Amino acid sequence: MSGYPEYMRESIRLVEETRGERAGRSFPFMRMDERRRILEEWHPDYKPGTKRPLRIGPSKGMIVPHEVADILEAHPLIEPDEIDVSDFEYDVDVLVIGAGGAGLSAALTAQESGIETENILMVQKLRLGDSNSKMSQGGIQAAVGPDDSPALHFLDIMGGGLFANKPELVEVLAKEGPDVIRWHESLGVIYDKNPDGTMKLISGGGTCRNRMLTCKDYTGLEITRVLLDEFYNREIPYLEFTCAVELLTDPDGEVVGAVLWDMDSDEYRVVRAKSTVLATGGFGRLHIQGFETTNHYGATGDGLVLAYHVGAILRDLDATQYHPTGAAYPEQLVGQLCTEALRGRGAQPVNRFGELFVHPLETRDAESAAIIRECYGREKGITTPTGMRGVWLDTPLIDLLHGPGTIEREFHAMFRMFMRFNIDIRKEPILVFPTLHYMNGGVEINPRAETSVPGLFAAGEVCGGVHGKNRLMGNSQLDLYVFGRRAGRYAAERARKVKPGRPTLNHLERYERWLKEAGIETERKAPILLPEYRGKRTLEHIIRLL
Amino acid sequence: MSGGEMVTVYIMGKRYRVPANLTIMKAMEYAGYQLRRGAGCRGGFCGACSTIYRMRGSFRLQVALACQKMVEDGMIITQLPFIPSEKKRYNLEKLKPGASVFLEYYPEIARCLSCNTCTKACPQDLMVMDYVQAALRGDIKTAAELSFDCISCGLCAVRCPAEIVPYHIGQLARRLYSRYIVGPSEQVQRRAMEVEMGRFDEEIQRLKSLDTDTLRELYSRRG
Repeated sequence: MSGYPEYMRESIRLVEETRGERAGRSFPFMRMDERRRILEEWHPDYKPGTKRPLRIGPSKGMIVPHEVADILEAHPLIEPDEIDVSDFEYDVDVLVIGAGGAGLSAALTAQESGIETENILMVQKLRLGDSNSKMSQGGIQAAVGPDDSPALHFLDIMGGGLFANKPELVEVLAKEGPDVIRWHESLGVIYDKNPDGTMKLISGGGTCRNRMLTCKDYTGLEITRVLLDEFYNREIPYLEFTCAVELLTDPDGEVVGAVLWDMDSDEYRVVRAKSTVLATGGFGRLHIQGFETTNHYGATGDGLVLAYHVGAILRDLDATQYHPTGAAYPEQLVGQLCTEALRGRGAQPVNRFGELFVHPLETRDAESAAIIRECYGREKGITTPTGMRGVWLDTPLIDLLHGPGTIEREFHAMFRMFMRFNIDIRKEPILVFPTLHYMNGGVEINPRAETSVPGLFAAGEVCGGVHGKNRLMGNSQLDLYVFGRRAGRYAAERARKVKPGRPTLNHLERYERWLKEAGIETERKAPILLPEYRGKRTLEHIIRLL
Repeated sequence: MSGGEMVTVYIMGKRYRVPANLTIMKAMEYAGYQLRRGAGCRGGFCGACSTIYRMRGSFRLQVALACQKMVEDGMIITQLPFIPSEKKRYNLEKLKPGASVFLEYYPEIARCLSCNTCTKACPQDLMVMDYVQAALRGDIKTAAELSFDCISCGLCAVRCPAEIVPYHIGQLARRLYSRYIVGPSEQVQRRAMEVEMGRFDEEIQRLKSLDTDTLRELYSRRG
């Protein structure tokens, strides 16, 4: 039984007819001028009317997507006189906000750096560990191969980021890769290895060496769950389903903790901290330009808002990463990641007539643009029953090229994901369309994971500067652990040196003043904490009586 | 699966008409729930949305991930916002790989009835009972391999009549397997040491000192 309706199966038959002829053949790579033209015409980042310059704050003038400007040019969620911040419920050395890969690494490292366990507090909006970190399939880069070096890794990261990266961050990322893998192995992460015991290394887009280490296609899941297991073992205090809604500053403007909101009881909780680590991830759930996303439910860009309220500098938010192959069918999977490794192993994007129209391994931006053009410029996509357009990713080619069993062996997660909907990716292609994937920029940090505001550290996707304008596959996983550990280490170092500060919400008054001076009149409030997916009828009838 | 078809579901007993092409999670949202618990990655990778349901007229209690299971007409649904289970604290460095580790930390493992209910509950279709049995025998490699795709949704533990928590056992097996049976990679250790000794510092310093045009040229010629 096929999971596709009959009209889609008709198109699949055309794909099957051309498969034999396409196998082992490819489509020419774009020339530089072709690439520039297709990006300008079809990549979402270049679409006119989708961005605007920020009108307030330390990064005023930076061009950002409207959806990002909307949450930054918004009123804070809380009013200073609503909350008595001098009455703090927790008084800790290190507060970590966000329990994905970066936050867990920061908390573990703060403890290893000598902070007493009870003086660390982890807060997490969802369940501990639930994060984009966990959803990462493709792998993690580290220059451990005999023909590789951190210097080559450095060059790849800089080139991938269009040389807009901060070189001192790139240096740290490249050099600490091998040590991160060593740390993971000491904690019991199972990496894929060759029969001779060496690490299995695969290729990724934009890398000059095979540098991707993998844990099947569950790389992020494996690493995150081991860190989480260790986090529980170390008995570090935590609050789940509790989110940070505002940071606290002392009279000098340094960050001294946060105001939390308990999502079960709706009460606020004040935490005073000597160091605060922001590890809140990205913004996929803002659905930039209406795109579906690979991101988890909590990825609403909260960290950008919190950091901007206290005056932290942001960067590179003009560039957003769209992954070329998000699922476009069935409806239940729309926007979900179909790993780049599928194309790495031979799967080709083809249109509804079974025709090749792009090289399968263009850079992510160009590949995305070509798929969008095929659907909306050339009208050669397939429209789903819910009105979404996509092209076929011809996955059966993988087994055809590498032998039966390859897909089942190497792509557990992908195979299972589609089998749940009666689509056997060994036999039938999958429908794909670009999906919002990664926040390339964010809160600017230095190699000590310090933001521009003393007391506030940041690590992971919330940061900017590491990946420049475009991140390469496998470098976000690495980034989590390199800068997560650094944030933990230097947050601990600061906590040992400084005296506890006096918490205020002075920065909110300043923020309101900025809004007023810029003439921004709006009802919007931020951070938004959760995306709004409730039905139209419900939203029209809500009244708050309790 | 036409766009307009509707089905009737009962979310915590309340009746709702929802589009037939939605997952349980999206149907709950359509019906008016803004999920705080019970939603995570929304892609079948995190295990946060464990759900139990019955079909009207059926005695069978079924389990699913709300983000992966489509609604069906007559489904009676409730989510499990939390799975009560106890993860034992241990120091990996002090453990000795073998059956005794599992018996020490999770002695209830010996109560396994081999009923296979855990396997039937697993939304990842893992052979849960087989990995629990492997752990009981001290076969850490098999326990690690069979449990590898586990997303810790906890449904196995909720269904087990012997009150075993298989997913914690799988996690312990995998860490033991990596740490003690496979062991650390020499290649990785060596490269990490080389970095610490400063072997690449000079080259990276040189790259950092170049202007963008020179760096771009070097990048485009890298082989």
